Amino acid sequence: MTQTDTGTMPAAAKEGETAGSPQPGIGRALLFAPSLVAALAFVWFLTFLPAIGRGEVFTLVYPWIPALGIEFAFLLDGLGLIFALLVTGIGALIFLYAAGYFLGDPRAGRIITLLFLFAIAMLGLVLADDVVTLFLFWEGTTVTSFLLVGFDYQKAYARRAALQALLVTGMGGLALLGGLILLGDFAGSYRLSEMIAMGPAVSEAAIYGPVLALFLLGAFTKSAQFPFHFWLPGAMAAPTPVSAYLHSATMVKAGVYLLMRMNPALGGTEVWFWVLTIFGATTMLIGSIWALRQTDLKQMLAHTTVMGLGTLVMFIGGGTEKAAIGAALFLVVHALYKAALFLMVGCLDKKAGTREVDDLAGLGRAMPITAWAAALAAFSMAGMIPFVGFLGKEVMYEASFSVITEPVLVAGAAYVANAMMVAVALIVAVGPFHFSAPRSPKPAMDPSWTLWLGPVLLAGLGLVLGVIAPLTGDAVVNPVAASILGRPVDYHLKLWHGVNAALIMSILTFVLGFLFWRTARPIRAGLAGAQASGLISADELYDRVLEGVRATAKAVTGRLQNGVLTSYMRATFAALAIVLWGAIALSGGPRPTPSFDLPLISYATMAIMLIATAAVIITRSRLAAIASLGAIGTSISIIFVLYGAIDVALTQLMIEILVVVFLAIALLRLPRTPERKGFRVGDAGIAAAVGLGVTVVLISVLGTPLDLTLTEFFEENSAPVAFGRNVVNVILVDFRALDTLGEIAVIVIAAIGAVAALKAGRQAAAKTTTTMEPGE
Amino acid sequence: MNSLILNTAARLMVPVLVIFSLLVLWRGHNDPGGGFIGGLLAATSLALYEKAAGLERTERMLRIPPLAISAVGLACALASAVWGAIAKGYVLAGVWPLLTVGPGGEKEGLPVGSILLFDLGVFLVVVGGVSAMLFALEEAAVPAHQDEQDDIEGKD
Repeated sequence: MTQTDTGTMPAAAKEGETAGSPQPGIGRALLFAPSLVAALAFVWFLTFLPAIGRGEVFTLVYPWIPALGIEFAFLLDGLGLIFALLVTGIGALIFLYAAGYFLGDPRAGRIITLLFLFAIAMLGLVLADDVVTLFLFWEGTTVTSFLLVGFDYQKAYARRAALQALLVTGMGGLALLGGLILLGDFAGSYRLSEMIAMGPAVSEAAIYGPVLALFLLGAFTKSAQFPFHFWLPGAMAAPTPVSAYLHSATMVKAGVYLLMRMNPALGGTEVWFWVLTIFGATTMLIGSIWALRQTDLKQMLAHTTVMGLGTLVMFIGGGTEKAAIGAALFLVVHALYKAALFLMVGCLDKKAGTREVDDLAGLGRAMPITAWAAALAAFSMAGMIPFVGFLGKEVMYEASFSVITEPVLVAGAAYVANAMMVAVALIVAVGPFHFSAPRSPKPAMDPSWTLWLGPVLLAGLGLVLGVIAPLTGDAVVNPVAASILGRPVDYHLKLWHGVNAALIMSILTFVLGFLFWRTARPIRAGLAGAQASGLISADELYDRVLEGVRATAKAVTGRLQNGVLTSYMRATFAALAIVLWGAIALSGGPRPTPSFDLPLISYATMAIMLIATAAVIITRSRLAAIASLGAIGTSISIIFVLYGAIDVALTQLMIEILVVVFLAIALLRLPRTPERKGFRVGDAGIAAAVGLGVTVVLISVLGTPLDLTLTEFFEENSAPVAFGRNVVNVILVDFRALDTLGEIAVIVIAAIGAVAALKAGRQAAAKTTTTMEPGE
Repeated sequence: MNSLILNTAARLMVPVLVIFSLLVLWRGHNDPGGGFIGGLLAATSLALYEKAAGLERTERMLRIPPLAISAVGLACALASAVWGAIAKGYVLAGVWPLLTVGPGGEKEGLPVGSILLFDLGVFLVVVGGVSAMLFALEEAAVPAHQDEQDDIEGKD
């Protein structure tokens, strides 16, 4: 122990261990259950490795909506398996970590539950073979991510970050849905495997452009590609276990997963290469440069995650076998070291009291296990031999040279980004632990085993997978690459390739990375200066767009919902008139001359209606107007009776009575407005246009021959099949009962809404009365 | 509204109207009528009673809040849908447990089953929904009650 004041040690340790109230035994045990479940699932998925390595594929299908060709279909292949292993394996460690991290915190149950729900959604996403199933789980990850980022919902920045992540990825999700449906329609199947099996047929079709744009929008927003990269650093508002799981190892790779999955169908074209390479490389460089700007270790890691995602996208775009191997390998490498480093930073935060890189130094002796975990993960990140990260970097450089179109661009971008990674690895693993006197806000010590197990295992696995390189290649990487390419690959991963171009690049990377590390402070200052000089960031742009949407919505709503009932009516009926006359103008067809040879009673009814209409217009008494309207409605029901539509007539009559009652009551509430004198030409014009329009349309309808197929079907089948002779009623409650069910649901909802609105209005009115008349 | 004639007439007519509305519901399958019309009729009779006896007494007589009535109605319709799904394998299929059809198409037994349950659901939803809105409107209108005559007649 190098603590200057040993007396404070036990107190601080005690405070750290038992913050908050202790949980009861069962609740405490339950917190660890998800970890166990995930671990078992991980082992179960491991048993598939040999079979998947031989190229086998497992499917599981449940019917869901057979009428629409939608199924709960799942498929396990190399790509799905590696993601399933990452989700369950890292998940098991993260759940354990989270249980330890939040031990004694009353919110522990909530975060573990949400994390577990997320894991299920993510697992479903990577195993789904039906596009609707895929979309369902895709949105599941979006929603759980929203809840997890906004976990500290009392804090404004967490709410903002959660909403930002939801809006950006949600928008992408909608685009993806469009793409999935378009592609599904084109392929004639909603199975991903069948779409992929079509191969280049998709990219030759006319639909390719829109489909590609929609898929890329979905993938780029989810995987934080430029210009949507800004939401990921913001999402660091989430607690550390969440960031380690969702925003480094799993969810943000969903977009990458989608691109890998769709590569056989959408890839292999010029536009695919250019878009993925340019956006991937841009994201990679932006992420790596801004990582050096950060002082918060977690923010720094978040930016390197952006960089890692860019790297993956760039190599998926590469299109060659080596590029696919590089992407597959880097996927594993990145998930292992990044999750380990995030968890390590969580340990520092918890046990040393800060994540600020400048406030941490020389803690290697106080926190030996944490320091070792950091070192192992950082070795892998920097690409040291014999870590798996070394393999990743070697393959990456080989892949860069293999890209036919632009090897210099790809290799150059990869070189700079890798050097930055070396620098970040040094900052993260050396700075807080070694070569200086101990410094931290609170006396540091290693956390309990639940917290260090995750980082140590993940970082250690980085070493093991590197040492057993040939096995890693055959069992893990090749099946993934085979899924990406849509054909088997023949590649043998080796730890030592001899001295070749890739190795020389690796050594040069270390040199440049070391230089970056030594000059990290000036670089940071320079970047901060650039930031202060008014460089607009994508984050600010997001704010402006959101502000614009709000202002537009406000302006539109203010104009449309001005609170004047007559203006609503005017707008509604004017629109109706335009539609009616538009239809009349566009339709040709014969218009029969209406016959005026009607029985006397019809003329009498019409006369009553005309008189009543005149009364409505002329009278100044509201009651008289309501009663006259009732007379018109009643006359209409008489016309229905005359033409034998008894059911309709009865309904009309009942409705008419109720409308009069409702109007009479409602009008009691309305304040009396000053009388508007004179003839209102505009309103009269609208009324005349609607009335004449309806008349002409009805006459036109008489001119078209009536299709009696349905009428005859219902009349024939009503009695024998549905045991009813009243066809109208049988249609309502039997043949088209589903429609009726929807309608009565609407009635209930409308009634609830109306009652709530009226009660709210009454309460508001009561409030104003009491405040206005305090004496009563 | 305190009208002796309306009060007396309402007291006599409301039970008759309610029974009549149920009759309309029952006969609706073969003759004009059905759940919608029956429900509207029953709602009209409740409106009549409310106008005559006042909101408070109407609510006391009903015992159940109108929104609950319409919720029960929706539940009936859904139950009918599930019944069909369980008995015949597809949602909303008509089930007639008390009806047997002879070889010549002649029917025996009571025409009671899931369809009637569905229609009853429609009936209840309409009664409950309409009365709920009516009662809420009536309640909201209370503060303006004093100058009701004024307001309706207008002044000219």
